[in-house]
Amino acid sequence: MLIRVNGKEEQIDQPLSLKELVLRKGLQLDRIVIEHNGVILPRSSWGSVRLTEKDTLEIVSFVGGG
Amino acid sequence: MEDLFRVGGREFQSRLLLGTGKFANYAVMKKAIEESGSDIVTVALRRVDPGSQADNILDFIPPQCTLMTNTSGARDADEAIRIARLAKAGGAGNWIKIEVVQDNKYLLPENLETLKAVEVLVKEGFVVLPYMSPDLSMARRMEDAGAAAVMPLGAPIGSNRGIKTRELVEIMVREIKVPVIVDAGIGSPSQACECMEIGCAAVLVNTAVAISENPVQMASAFRDAVMAGRRAYLSGIPEKGGLSGVASSPLTGFLGDEK
Repeated sequence: MLIRVNGKEEQIDQPLSLKELVLRKGLQLDRIVIEHNGVILPRSSWGSVRLTEKDTLEIVSFVGGG
Repeated sequence: MEDLFRVGGREFQSRLLLGTGKFANYAVMKKAIEESGSDIVTVALRRVDPGSQADNILDFIPPQCTLMTNTSGARDADEAIRIARLAKAGGAGNWIKIEVVQDNKYLLPENLETLKAVEVLVKEGFVVLPYMSPDLSMARRMEDAGAAAVMPLGAPIGSNRGIKTRELVEIMVREIKVPVIVDAGIGSPSQACECMEIGCAAVLVNTAVAISENPVQMASAFRDAVMAGRRAYLSGIPEKGGLSGVASSPLTGFLGDEK
């Protein structure tokens, strides 16, 4: 299944929850924010959201800025 | 006399806002924030880089500071609104600096898109501080739309050129009721002091502190300069005279006086 993460296409070979995807990427759950198909999802829901074909994710975190 | 900085329904001691970009590392940034005395600190949001396991910047910002996320990277109102919502969901609170830039050479703000973002985000309950070109008419519209402050630029972001927009900012200071905060272009403490002397409510500085040789010491220099400028403004700075001198010591009653 093909999904789009931060503007780049990614192939996923098994069913995954959003939380599993994020953990696979080695990201710390408490420092990121996720927009799933244009909707911001609360952290508590990441475990129950199943990724499906053509899902679009924006995964962002805080950085230094003026 | 207590002179508190009131903005967004809150009161702050410091009139220096500090940005967190371009510091060599978070430990230095943290010390610089502490030395600056700043109560309001800005951060940005970016797509994560899965390869990097960097520290969380929020862990290095003193807990008593109010976080204000900027919408840098936004090219229009919709993107700025999206970034603001992401910041809130990420636990950064509801203070937002609207920054909409379409011009990659000068990094000058897009006032009209900025205004649109202010209108939407104020209705959603955000405390909204728009970074803008110093235009009185636009500033009035921002104020009418519920902006908590207006933040005219002194010079292009990161240019360290000082308050090149001085007279336009002075007009805003006279006419706009919400705080006028000079944001961008301030490269040295004397320039920050000048902003405060002309009556600006506060100054936002980042690059000048972050890329100096000693950011922690520079942060304290800015802190002192902003306080000095504010005290001078409150004291009533005398009008400039002409080219001729006007003695400050009495000219009579000394050697050579005629009897």
